[in-house]
Amino acid sequence: MSTTRRTALDARHRALGATMTDFAGWDMPLRYGSEREEHNAVRTRAGLFDLSHMGEIAVAGPQAGALLDHALVGSLSPLAVGRARYTMICREDGGILDDLIVYRTGDEEYLVVANASNAQTVLDALTERAAGFDAEVRDDRDAYALIAVQGPEAAGILSGLTGADLDGLKYYASLPATVAGIEALVARTGYTGEDGFELFVDPASAEALWDALTEAGREAGLVPCGLACRDTLRLEAGMPLYGHELSTELTPFDAGLGRVVKFEKTANEGRFVGRAALEAAAEQAAAEPPRVLVGLVSPGRRVPRAGYSVVTAEDGAVIGSVTSGAPSPTLGKPIAMAYVDAAHAAAGTQVAVDIRGSREPVEVVALPFYKRAR
Amino acid sequence: MSNPQHLQYSKEHEWLTAAEDGVSTVGITAFAADALGDVVYVQLPEVGQAVTAGESCGELESTKSVSDLYSPVDGEVTEVNQAVVDDPALVNSAPFEDGWLFKVRLAGAPEGLLSADEYAAHTGN
Repeated sequence: MSTTRRTALDARHRALGATMTDFAGWDMPLRYGSEREEHNAVRTRAGLFDLSHMGEIAVAGPQAGALLDHALVGSLSPLAVGRARYTMICREDGGILDDLIVYRTGDEEYLVVANASNAQTVLDALTERAAGFDAEVRDDRDAYALIAVQGPEAAGILSGLTGADLDGLKYYASLPATVAGIEALVARTGYTGEDGFELFVDPASAEALWDALTEAGREAGLVPCGLACRDTLRLEAGMPLYGHELSTELTPFDAGLGRVVKFEKTANEGRFVGRAALEAAAEQAAAEPPRVLVGLVSPGRRVPRAGYSVVTAEDGAVIGSVTSGAPSPTLGKPIAMAYVDAAHAAAGTQVAVDIRGSREPVEVVALPFYKRAR
Repeated sequence: MSNPQHLQYSKEHEWLTAAEDGVSTVGITAFAADALGDVVYVQLPEVGQAVTAGESCGELESTKSVSDLYSPVDGEVTEVNQAVVDDPALVNSAPFEDGWLFKVRLAGAPEGLLSADEYAAHTGN
């Protein structure tokens, strides 16, 4: 018997002829047609994504903020209602359990969104870390379907379906609104490097919302988009992906994301899970930089892929490892993210990647590869 | 896209034309091209290279993955499709026509290949 889960939009994906793939136990659309065309649609017009596999966890109660300050590396209690923050949950040893987006949805209510593959881990950790706090951790994975509209036309498409003040909705902010007659939490967040919105709705309303967005976006050129282009979009935008750039083997400082760790927290006298290890990691990173996450651009056509060694162009000595790589539709060249020794991490450094036995030259570049015009 | 009846097929998703003057053309099927996704790089065998049935003689790289290209027959490569090297998307857009990969002078009669209907059954289509 298959235990693969299907989202509330499964019938829509099949009707659209999507190529489906297993992703973290979910049967998800990989692409509907050409992943390159979907990618370009998001960069130039708009794309529609089903992200219902993401893991929603509600944290509510008088000490919800204090609990999150204790459980996560970020400082969440000062977050204003309606704002969101990118943060991480780490182990006692500082290893990254997951990266998260936390929305403050009320005075005593937060919505934590975890990666699909880590949702249970995060839920378990938050539940365990809630001991002693006057706050409830609630598994809301089944309470939401998540639909994203991403791209330069996203705001225009959405504004036709809602009276909500989208102009006043900042990046990394959210507000409850009615969209096409459907109650939704509308968040100006995404994972594509474009302007866009993520809409959390009751799964029972997901098809109606999908259809309304499809219709509203028709003239603007909105197309349904799968996970394949989501990956190339986030790679161009230099955004880390758990299991590639982030893992329990790395602390946020190893990943070049030490800025998400807030040692000056207002709650719990500054104590939080992983603090001691992370202080040591911060000192270590300052004294002797660990490998640095960089971008690589290849002048050729072969693609540096996850796990391939980064080597010196001269003698092939291993100086790092590729974490993600793909042909970039926007740049028209293969790109990759890689951890490399600090001595080789400066933009402009010429290095190479061992692509299945052949040493292919690549250039180190600063991340991201792509930044939208604002 | 249906599998042309006049071709033979390998279980590794290559197609092969009937030989003309001992030379057959090889490509990959629409099923394989679709499974790969957008093909971005094609490495073909060299003209004059000996190829062996079931053994890798090149590679096909798509957005998400790299796949070996297998030869469906024993023989010697007589020509490669430079157009597909220059524009790998031909593999997706015209797998049975302009997206052909190489021509091979057969060293013997092809063995173990499937008819169009057998191949369709193999891929579950």
